[in-house]
Amino acid sequence: MALKDITLGQYFPGKTIIHRLDPRTKLIGTVAYIVALFLAANVVTYAILLVLLAALIAISKVGVKSILRGMRPIFIIILITAILNLFFTPGKGEPLVSWWVFTIYVEGIRAAVFMILRIMMLITCTFLLTYTTSPIMLTDGLEKLLSPLKAIRVPIHELAMMMSIALRFIPTLIEETDKIMSAQKARGADFDTGNLIQKAKALVPLLVPLFISAFRRADELAVAMECRCYHGGSGRTRLRQLKMKGMDIVALLLSLAMCVGIGVLAHYGW
Amino acid sequence: MGQTILETKDLHFRYDEEEGPTPVVLDGVDLRIEEGTFVAVLGHNGSGKSTLAKHMNAILLPTGGKVYVDGMDTADESKLLDIRRTVGMVFQNPDNQIVANVVEEDVAFAPENLGVPPEEIRRRVDDALKAVGMYEYREHAPHLLSGGQKQRVAIAGVIAMQPRCIVLDEPTAMLDPIGRAEVLKTIKGLNRTSGVTVVLITHHMDEAAQADRLVVMSKGKVIADGAPRDVFKQVEALKEVGLTVPETTELLWELQKAGVDVSLDALSDEECAQTLYQLLK
Repeated sequence: MALKDITLGQYFPGKTIIHRLDPRTKLIGTVAYIVALFLAANVVTYAILLVLLAALIAISKVGVKSILRGMRPIFIIILITAILNLFFTPGKGEPLVSWWVFTIYVEGIRAAVFMILRIMMLITCTFLLTYTTSPIMLTDGLEKLLSPLKAIRVPIHELAMMMSIALRFIPTLIEETDKIMSAQKARGADFDTGNLIQKAKALVPLLVPLFISAFRRADELAVAMECRCYHGGSGRTRLRQLKMKGMDIVALLLSLAMCVGIGVLAHYGW
Repeated sequence: MGQTILETKDLHFRYDEEEGPTPVVLDGVDLRIEEGTFVAVLGHNGSGKSTLAKHMNAILLPTGGKVYVDGMDTADESKLLDIRRTVGMVFQNPDNQIVANVVEEDVAFAPENLGVPPEEIRRRVDDALKAVGMYEYREHAPHLLSGGQKQRVAIAGVIAMQPRCIVLDEPTAMLDPIGRAEVLKTIKGLNRTSGVTVVLITHHMDEAAQADRLVVMSKGKVIADGAPRDVFKQVEALKEVGLTVPETTELLWELQKAGVDVSLDALSDEECAQTLYQLLK
């Protein structure tokens, strides 16, 4: 298992326009892109969104490699979805291939390709968000965007804090998992062979120490936070104040235009 | 002598007794720490030194006796924030005290909690990072730093709060020799240049030897207290509680035991060499 390959929630510092956008803008933009992605229904719309995404990746200078690497864990899901779409999309015309229970129609190929594209683009655009936005900015942005919910007693600050701590500890816990795995392997544990049930059982000696250590970490972190005068969200200030600039407004307008445009185009073309 | 910043009066502590009697961890500790000094607290595992540290900013409250921080009783809940702002605490594991994903945002955590205005936070963060020599790393992710660097970030995170006293609970226990040296140099620098009171909890003799004052603990009691030079002279007393003395003192002590007429004053390698030189001349 190559645990170090998981790049979920990682941030690559940079100074591009995308990095400098307000996190709220990026959050709204990402949501807008996802909406557009679900509106998209034909080649033209997918092509536009694909070009747009490629342009954003190029501007943000995030390596294509790191995006592909992040994609690896969900490769199986993409594959299964594609196969299901390929074989089980009913078509109107003659089937292209027909063998035993499997039949492939033109519509199936089309649906499979679109589905692969959709999932990959969906993930890429969220990667783009987390790669270019520091988690604290991200949670700051979420906190600000969702702060109206405080009125109905949703603990927004607490949720944002939890999220940023979770993100902070992902690499630490991955490192720890690697260490425990090595330690258990040195004691003769086998994580790689056997059937699914045996493999799942082999994880117990990995998960138990991991959980215990995570709880201990949580405990120590809580004390350390208290020592640094943490007392909830009230009266907190921020090192970085979020400020919407001109380019944020432009980006938001472009996002809106994208949604509307894709929505309209999805009704035409093929 | 400076003003007293930390004071314990007949401090007793034992953990919750719900599940039968528990041993006494602190058994009548009387300490008075003056502002601006560098105090090392030395002791074995289970000597109560960490527990004592946790009393110094009200993480633990005494089960008997009192602890005063700059005159404030730590049992007074209304003063909690003031107490914690006065006495900062650095722990053993740097990983478990770094809250944020970017170095400077972590250092900003304490001033943010205190409601300091953003421009002032910026200034404090920059100053704190420069003080520990981590300014160039301000935009790095903490998990990519070495242990010593992480611990220095953790120290910066406490300095940014501008405490008058910093308590460090075995800050070098998980570090390699290079990291240890970095952290120790940082701590000493802070004490010398900005006059922050430092309480260093440790079980390393060589670290303790660098302090202005050394407090030795065993079984919840203070068994020696004074300048390191004078404390280490009590070789027998230290050995009795399972502590060793620095190698220099050990050497001179062995010589003394063998009937050679030397004093145990020399603490650094240099001084020790000089003493031996004088002896042989």
